[in-house]
Amino acid sequence: MFAYYFELGLRSLRRNPALTALMVMAIGFGVAASMITYSVFRAVSGNPIPEKSAQLFTPQIDSWGPQQNLKGEPADALNYIDAMALMRAHRARRQTLLYGVGMSVLPSGNDSLPVAANGYAVYGDFFPMFEVPFLYGGGWNMADDDRRAAVVVLSEEFNQKLFDGANSVGREITLDGHDYRIAGVTRHWDPQPRFFSLFNTSGFKDATDFYLPFTRALDVQANPGSNSCRGHMDFSGWDGWLRSSCVWATPWVELDSAVEVARYGKFLEDYATDQQRAGRFAWAPNVRLRNVMQWLDYQHVVPPESRISLLVSLGFFAICLVNTIGLLLAKFLRRAGEIGIRRALGASRREIYTQYLIEAATVGLAGGVLGLLLTTVGISGVGLLFQPQIARLAHLDFSLVALTLAVAILATVVAAFYPAWRAARVQPAWQLKSN
Amino acid sequence: MQIKPILAALRRHKAGTVLIALQIALTLAIVCNALFIIQQRLAHMSEPTGIDEANLLVISNQWAGHRSPQEVDAQIQADLAALRQLPSVRDASPSDGYPLTGGGWDNYVMLTPEQIEKTTDASVYMGDEHMLDTLGVKLIAGRNFNASEVMQMTSRQVVIPPVVIVTKALADHLFPDGSALGKPIYSMSSTPSTIIGIIERLQRQDVKTWSKPYAYESLLWPMREDTDGLYYIVRAKPGQLAAAMRAVPQALYAQNRMRIIDPKDGGNYAQIRERIYDSDRGMAILMGIISAVLLAITAAGIVGLTSFWVGQRRKQIGVRRALGARRGDILNYFLTENFLISVGGVMVGTVLAVGINLWMMARFEMARLSLAYVIDGVIILLLLGQLATLAPALRASRVSPVEATRST
Repeated sequence: MFAYYFELGLRSLRRNPALTALMVMAIGFGVAASMITYSVFRAVSGNPIPEKSAQLFTPQIDSWGPQQNLKGEPADALNYIDAMALMRAHRARRQTLLYGVGMSVLPSGNDSLPVAANGYAVYGDFFPMFEVPFLYGGGWNMADDDRRAAVVVLSEEFNQKLFDGANSVGREITLDGHDYRIAGVTRHWDPQPRFFSLFNTSGFKDATDFYLPFTRALDVQANPGSNSCRGHMDFSGWDGWLRSSCVWATPWVELDSAVEVARYGKFLEDYATDQQRAGRFAWAPNVRLRNVMQWLDYQHVVPPESRISLLVSLGFFAICLVNTIGLLLAKFLRRAGEIGIRRALGASRREIYTQYLIEAATVGLAGGVLGLLLTTVGISGVGLLFQPQIARLAHLDFSLVALTLAVAILATVVAAFYPAWRAARVQPAWQLKSN
Repeated sequence: MQIKPILAALRRHKAGTVLIALQIALTLAIVCNALFIIQQRLAHMSEPTGIDEANLLVISNQWAGHRSPQEVDAQIQADLAALRQLPSVRDASPSDGYPLTGGGWDNYVMLTPEQIEKTTDASVYMGDEHMLDTLGVKLIAGRNFNASEVMQMTSRQVVIPPVVIVTKALADHLFPDGSALGKPIYSMSSTPSTIIGIIERLQRQDVKTWSKPYAYESLLWPMREDTDGLYYIVRAKPGQLAAAMRAVPQALYAQNRMRIIDPKDGGNYAQIRERIYDSDRGMAILMGIISAVLLAITAAGIVGLTSFWVGQRRKQIGVRRALGARRGDILNYFLTENFLISVGGVMVGTVLAVGINLWMMARFEMARLSLAYVIDGVIILLLLGQLATLAPALRASRVSPVEATRST
């Protein structure tokens, strides 16, 4: 029966090509606009580390006080004193501090020009905590952190650029005039958004080239890309800056159970209380402990443009569906005579209803195919609409193709409920009489 | 034109009437807000920087390897001397940023040294005595820096200069009575800086939402920053920007090869604007496409449903024609019918449009929708409805009175 109704549907679609084309276009454009903007939204709002997002937390401590903090919220990073205190206390199973650094590298060859490299200063725990995959070698351990070792981990892409992808573990590279021994090379790893480094940046950035020990980075006085300060900035020199109010280090801790989370939260409170008692903070403890998804939400990582465009596109799709309801109504009721004859010959209302829903589904399918074409075109042109770092994340995969077709068909069938119901209610006697 | 019979007829086509009205309402709501978003974004993009954009070039220069601050400062001075000698270059200055960098150094500014809460927030530009001429900004009061006032700032050492130049916007914010010149200000320090000059306009380095309350509040420090890197702002002679863009990197590499010029930062102002406003431009394009397609689909929907009604009522039209109605009467009938439905639709749509805008204001820090957009939207949709009805209505008016005698 299904096949027969499907064929009837196709035949009926051919009968009024203009009306059919209109419906297919409405569905196609509506679903394409929604899917293009959804592909971007999906990319920017996804969970960058689904297996562990509930175990990774970033502690915040208010070292600025109610008059200078961020409308009651603590700063988005820690100053050196608080950051070091957290590391020394070591109350989490794994813990790291990190900050972004930019350095120069001179590729081999006499006439080569230096190139810029972006990296992070991290602790050895960074790699197991964030499940960084390795191609060659590995990260470094706590002992390396403590002895401020001159080691470095390169990204697969950077290793490709410098060593043509060869196993470079054990070799030396020079970053900003200092030598480092290569401990490992990661596999391609670029969680989007880059949840662990959101301080004063957007979360969508160029690829990382290297990771070096935080302690070593301090020794070579590698400047953080960004810092925020309060009060008087009357320091002069590196050590003075470290002791200043400037925040720049992002801490992360791994806490595996609710008990550990509660215990760590208590530890932060106690730490802030101690600081208050010692006279360093002139305010009550104001600390936060957010996990990955809470942190992404708090930092407004999803650009408003992405949300607005998705919402407007969904509104657009809704209008296309209202349009389709009207057109289907016109199309079905135009065939009232035909329905009357079929009813008189014994077709039940249910059969009419099913037939027209299947006809609508064929419209939906055609709309879905058009929508898919438009989505493909749209995603390739999405660079016109969004920032390049965000646009390149949008892509067409199997799930999006399936979703496009499913949404198109389902939405059209839902839109056909009312018109098909009207068609099924056609009175055979009345139709036959008037003919 | 009698409205009563039209209303009576509409009551028999409730579903179609409601669908058209609903579609018009939703379209109005979306199109108004989309047009408003376009206008907001375009307005943001056209905010002036206050500088001679047409002739400016920005080079992002990072030092490679390790050098002492003295070596860096000597190199900067040599670089600047080389740049200023280029035939295509009018002037050049070192800087820590440029208008529309997208981020950069900003300082809290206070009126007294003891103050804890800020008076305002200013974008900090560091440059030498050539900075004003390089940017092409207009000094409206006081004087420029002189060469002896230019200081050196090395890494992690905050030097507060005794003299600053501020924008008029910053001067007016700090001293609303217009007495800024000669007054001391405090930039996160107990050391005062005296305002020696006021420039007409210089946009901030960032143009983000958070800094909107401090728009155009910038200050200039007479300073060379000897840290990991800096920007060179270069002003080409009129019409020689392309030549300068070729000559400047060459001249710098000829001075010293151990530097990195970032191709993704700086450039000329066409490139800088494209980069900083990409999401605004994208948003305007997307909203434009959606509005256009939406209006087309709504119009097509009206054509489709009205055609159906015309087809359904051929006999009645024939009867009316046979009873003496003229073609114009039939045409008018359908146009009026559409007008009545559209008016219902736009009334609901206006409420929806304002509702969506209020929600977006709360959720996305959007501005209040001005009534002009709603009125424009209403006019557009009423006209669209009439135009879309015209073709089926004309077809209806051509129905012959003979139809009355046919059985279908």
